[in-house]
Amino acid sequence: MLAFGHLTATASHRAAERTRAAADATPAVSVEGVSKCFRLPHQRYSTLKERALHPFASRTYDELRALEEVSFEVAQGEFFGIVGRNGSGKSTLLKCLAGIYGNDSGEVRVHGRLSPFIELGVGFNTDLTARDNVLINAIMLGLTRKQARERFDEIVDFAELGDFMDLKLKNYSSGMSVRLGFAVAVQADADVLLVDEVLAVGDAAFQQKCFDQFDRMKEEGRTILFVTHDMTAVRRFCDRAMLIEKGRVVNIGDPEDISREYGEINFGDIAHGERDDADLAPVRVLDAWCEDSAGERLVSQAQGERCRACMEVEFEAAVEDPSFAITFRNDVRHTIFVARSDRTGPSGRFAAAERAVIGFGFDNWLAPSRYTLTPSVATGAAGPASAAVARREDIGQLVVQASHWSGGVADLPVELEVRRT
Amino acid sequence: MSARAGVATGPAALGTDLRRFLSLTFTLAATDFKLRFFGSALGYLWSLMRPLMLFGVIYVVFTQVIRFGEGVRFYPVYLLASIVLFTYFSETTAGGVTSLVTRENLLRKMRFPRMVIPLSVSLTALFNLGMNLLAVLVFALGSGVRPRLSWLQLPLLVLVLTVLGVGLAMLLSALYVRFRDISPIWDVVLQLLFYASPVLYVLSLVPDDFERAMLANPIAVVLTQMRHAVLDPSAPSAAEAIGPDVRLLLPLGIVAALFALGLWVFMRETPRIAENL
Repeated sequence: MLAFGHLTATASHRAAERTRAAADATPAVSVEGVSKCFRLPHQRYSTLKERALHPFASRTYDELRALEEVSFEVAQGEFFGIVGRNGSGKSTLLKCLAGIYGNDSGEVRVHGRLSPFIELGVGFNTDLTARDNVLINAIMLGLTRKQARERFDEIVDFAELGDFMDLKLKNYSSGMSVRLGFAVAVQADADVLLVDEVLAVGDAAFQQKCFDQFDRMKEEGRTILFVTHDMTAVRRFCDRAMLIEKGRVVNIGDPEDISREYGEINFGDIAHGERDDADLAPVRVLDAWCEDSAGERLVSQAQGERCRACMEVEFEAAVEDPSFAITFRNDVRHTIFVARSDRTGPSGRFAAAERAVIGFGFDNWLAPSRYTLTPSVATGAAGPASAAVARREDIGQLVVQASHWSGGVADLPVELEVRRT
Repeated sequence: MSARAGVATGPAALGTDLRRFLSLTFTLAATDFKLRFFGSALGYLWSLMRPLMLFGVIYVVFTQVIRFGEGVRFYPVYLLASIVLFTYFSETTAGGVTSLVTRENLLRKMRFPRMVIPLSVSLTALFNLGMNLLAVLVFALGSGVRPRLSWLQLPLLVLVLTVLGVGLAMLLSALYVRFRDISPIWDVVLQLLFYASPVLYVLSLVPDDFERAMLANPIAVVLTQMRHAVLDPSAPSAAEAIGPDVRLLLPLGIVAALFALGLWVFMRETPRIAENL
């Protein structure tokens, strides 16, 4: 951590500058009614000969509306998440913001200097040494030659690759070059950063470093637009988030709400299949989450601590003794553990329009992994045969952390006893 | 930090920050140059080898077999110099054609003025020309050519060639993104130009009517003037060869027109380059 000493010193200086800049309320990024449409010819004639042979053939094309009337504003110093499914237009939007694609209509305004790192280490040339690549990449990202040379040491320190700077990049492991790319990108010192899925690469230690760096940038008051599928990251870093689907803005708001909505869209097929029943069902599931013993919602938790899995439901009609359950699934969608109420006695009577939060407390001895929570409610006869009348797939998440992993799906505490015979 | 208030963004051909534009162009060109020179054991020799080999073959054919060069003073020097100059032109344009497509990863991921790409290719070729002209200089002095004040015209001639080459590089690189057969077509055109320009021969040996027509070709003008200014003051200058001075406006006009056309096409294509790649 010594390496960060002078980094943070200059950082706090920059932060002071930014705070002053943030005093005037101009949004850092404002997007007004931006549309972008790609022409996809049915058959693409990309040579003159083919064009000459088929003079009219290439005139028909499909229009792919990648973005439609997208409008939003991001305030200075805000950490803004953009989420959506694959092909929803996130990356196109980012490229329009970055000035890589031109938009067909609408207006994009960026206040301050913008640095896209759509992808880390773009422009790295594998035949050059890391030293040359750092300088070139820094210049590509908008630093001057002089600045690039001045920041060189900081970049090397941050990447922790001091011993390898004279090595050609083709001899780097992919992890090393990603680290180098990130180190350059964070030093590019832009007011507005566009980040596309950079957390998807790198090992756990590198991801942690990215997280730390994001925390620091957030403190410095930089504006960051962040595209990701990682809802944990959205909840953790973003001040606001935007959900887009099929090129349209579905919602902008609190990261919690957006990530929940994203979960719904993502598993929309299942949810839609059941929605017809759900309309008739006397109860609706609103939300599911995990909280600690103090009632704070958890994104991640250390193994062994007390955890409470909660679900919020709203009753449309009066229901007698419904049973509740929350299913925990791990990364590979194996059901690990189901917390259910029908074993613990009657749950009581609920009136119409009543809302309730049902919590299942347990000592969290789940193996370290990412879990999703699927809450469900069943009415009628309690017991294993009761069918769920309301169920929402994977709307909650919990990451369990531990220093070691025993190899199983749960690490129940054990008492050692050696009996010699 | 330059905090430009409310800048509307979009892919730009030239951008607004001249310093960044120049520093980017220079950096990319220097990188390419460096790779070429340090990427292989004999770096500089290889880049010199091509014009030298061509020179060697043509020299033997034209002085020993066809005995054509005998009437021309400093014919070997002229041959080498014109080959080096033509190589510069062909590197600028042929490298320019594919430049946008080969730099796809930069164009699709980074924001920078698009014009940087073809310009950096020209700049690399210019560095190369500088190195090759050193070899020509050594050869010329060794052959008994005396330095004269009129050598100062050489940078001007290189400039004309550069404007022509850059104009074509802009035009062709932007078109190549959409029409991939530009590249083989341009290879053929370069071959034609090589023989249509007085690289192997000198223009004063061409029948007068042909000579005038051939001087519409800016490369012919540059090479003829080079011969007059650098090698042999008694050889006709471009202006003398073309007849009335006004006619010199035709090749220069062609250079200007091609440059303007290239610029216009490139600017027009700029917003869609990244998505058409």
